[in-house]
Amino acid sequence: MKLTGAQALIKSLEMQGTEVVFGIPGGAILPVYDPLIESSIRHVLVRHEQGAGHMAEGYANVTGRPGVAMVTSGPAATNIVTPLCNAYMDSTPLVVITGQVPYQAIGSDAFQEADTVGITMPVTKHNWLVTDAADLPRIIREAFHVATTGRPGPVLVDVPKNVSNQVMDWYWPDSLDLPGYKPTTKGHAKQVKEAVKLMAGAERPVIYAGGGILKARAAEALRALAELIGAPVVTTLMARGAFPDRHEQALGMPGMHGNYTAITAMQRADLLIALGARFDDRVTGKVDGFAPEARVIHVDVDPAELGKVRRPDVPIVGDCRLVIEEMVKATRADRAKRDWPDLSPWWQQVRGWQERFPLRYEQHDDGPLKAQYCVEALRDNTPDDTIVVAGVGQHQMFASQYWHFDHPYTFVNSGGLGTMGFAVPAAVGAKVGRPESMVWAIDGDGCFQMTAQELVTASAERIPVKVAILNNAYLGMVRQWQELFYEERYSEVYLSPDLPDYVKWSEAMGCVAFRVEDPSDVVPTIEKANEVDDRPVVVDFRVDYREKVYPMVPAGATNDDVIVGPEVGEGGR
Amino acid sequence: MGGELGSTHHILSVLVENRFGVLSRVAGLFSRRGYNIYSLAVSPTEDERFSRMTIVVDTESAPIEQITKQLNKLVPVVKILELAEADAVEREMLLATVKASAELRSHVTELVSIFEAKILDVGHEAMTIMASGTPGKLDAFSELLAPFGIVELQRTGRIALPKLARRPKARRLRAVSGGS
Ligand SMILES: Cc1ncc(C[n+]2csc(CCOP(=O)(O)OP(=O)(O)O)c2C)c(N)n1
Ligand SMILES: [Mg+2]
Repeated sequence: MKLTGAQALIKSLEMQGTEVVFGIPGGAILPVYDPLIESSIRHVLVRHEQGAGHMAEGYANVTGRPGVAMVTSGPAATNIVTPLCNAYMDSTPLVVITGQVPYQAIGSDAFQEADTVGITMPVTKHNWLVTDAADLPRIIREAFHVATTGRPGPVLVDVPKNVSNQVMDWYWPDSLDLPGYKPTTKGHAKQVKEAVKLMAGAERPVIYAGGGILKARAAEALRALAELIGAPVVTTLMARGAFPDRHEQALGMPGMHGNYTAITAMQRADLLIALGARFDDRVTGKVDGFAPEARVIHVDVDPAELGKVRRPDVPIVGDCRLVIEEMVKATRADRAKRDWPDLSPWWQQVRGWQERFPLRYEQHDDGPLKAQYCVEALRDNTPDDTIVVAGVGQHQMFASQYWHFDHPYTFVNSGGLGTMGFAVPAAVGAKVGRPESMVWAIDGDGCFQMTAQELVTASAERIPVKVAILNNAYLGMVRQWQELFYEERYSEVYLSPDLPDYVKWSEAMGCVAFRVEDPSDVVPTIEKANEVDDRPVVVDFRVDYREKVYPMVPAGATNDDVIVGPEVGEGGR
Repeated sequence: MGGELGSTHHILSVLVENRFGVLSRVAGLFSRRGYNIYSLAVSPTEDERFSRMTIVVDTESAPIEQITKQLNKLVPVVKILELAEADAVEREMLLATVKASAELRSHVTELVSIFEAKILDVGHEAMTIMASGTPGKLDAFSELLAPFGIVELQRTGRIALPKLARRPKARRLRAVSGGS
């Protein structure tokens, strides 16, 4: 069968099971958009390429399947660099197709030429420049394979226009040509034994669960291991939902804005069982002072993570799910033979911290509306499995702190890169991936302004996402740092509560929109928003700009120096 | 281009797929992770699908283990051998243009023959010489040439293969452990 490169590309995407492509056409990708008309693949027409990338990420995060985006050359390709970098940092599987000027014109500064492969090399797991249409099916297959196996990540395939137009003989490759790519999946049995030995002697163990748990679909295995050994479990920003927050062993989020108990339990632990986590600086604080008494078991599919920040006593390279399952088996066998230390003194200590240092804020009936209260009201007035998509800033931390994530794949956010503007498009992508679930973006007023136009996409495509803007009229997180560390010298952080008018703007984009100023209107408005199911909804919550995110470990400090925040009633507001 | 490697230098023999952009992937990885390359030589191998890069890295910037693990993550990197100096045969080539007026020429040619070098080009006031050998030998050679006045000097950077008798000793870092 003779096909053009463009037809072969679309057919290859179909062969890979692609159900949706997020994108926007242009000159160099024109040939590929033609066969898309006949394809079974759904296309979501975005308003900016950054939106296409973040939608693909949102889709991938909630479905576990790779997100696919397609854009043209030059400015379109550079516009999608941010999502690629974001996906690279958060290990999200993406396949991005870019158009390129004809092969003969590459290097001539042709119209809309950019060195896409060169530009994206540092922010992709791998990328390809296709030089012959006959290579397309193989490269697309390799691209999906690389994106989704081992440590997942974004890949990019750059397709020159002449290659799209070139005629080739269709085939579907039955093998891949990747001699340098063989991810390890199964953990080393001897290392698993060593891990069990350490666990069997620990009196103050903590399970440090990272985003790798979700990537490996290991939430069930994690729960089995945790319940078997009885240790407390912390879930990082990237792992929220990997272990149910309402589980009695759950301590919630550690790190710079984690809760006191999660941070301190790690500090005092004699064993950290790090599963799919990478000892990020936002979790460890000053590395030298991090968990000083702890031995470390570190499981990760990426060997380069083992020993990158903290040298583990027992490193295990492998897929988290497979390794944890082996750990469960070996633990059962070991516990049948001997008694493990009683963890109740440890739990007593942990419960003491929980009682003394809960998360706290104060919402007065007649006082200014608090962001934390809005998050709690959303949490308590939406279905249990609602998907929360956060932007970057104070609102993101409030969302992670105050929501109860009881199901995996219900929290989507930009962890590693901290990309403002992530929430709206990622929420759209999440809703496309899981249309039966309610999707609430919890966004900041600053973030919202970066990518709000994707609500036009959502309206046009009837993708009924919901957006809560926690509108504090400030670049709040930056303001918080200026207040605490720059002597309240506020530099370029004021945004205004009503410029733009978020309600009018949202309505102009085809959304239903509400504004809430009074605490008593919060719940009724959420209820109204929940009833809208045929178009996007935006709620402009006017919240107190003075509120800060606590607890906080200042940058450069060790995790022993947690600032828990002002006492309630004395400036706790 | 010191002959004896400092304790923070390691030789990596990296087998890579012979594909578009591989050198820039490797070089980019070193620069973005802040690793120092001391020397780098790329050459084709017996199998046309692969090239071999001999990279001398300075591990002051990062532990060798982290460098090899990150390198292994590059999809076109097939295999990495870490070669200790004692376990490898290494060679390097040097080209030098040296001042050599008629009266000094014989002194230079004497050195050339001692070092089994070759004269590639002769002018009125200078000559261009080629030498190959271990990096240490080339160090000595260029030191002895220096008093005559070196106009230009270039070295290729070392290439290395494991010594046969000690082959099993060379630490093999397989792509298997790092292809993710
Ligand atoms: C693209 C981008 N630019 C700048 C920053 C730096 N930054 C981090 S948080 C923040 C403020 C976010 O403001 P807003 O969305 O209103 O959230 P808030 O902190 O007020 O809840 C800024 C500017 C960033 N993370 N990303
Ligand atoms: Mg704000």
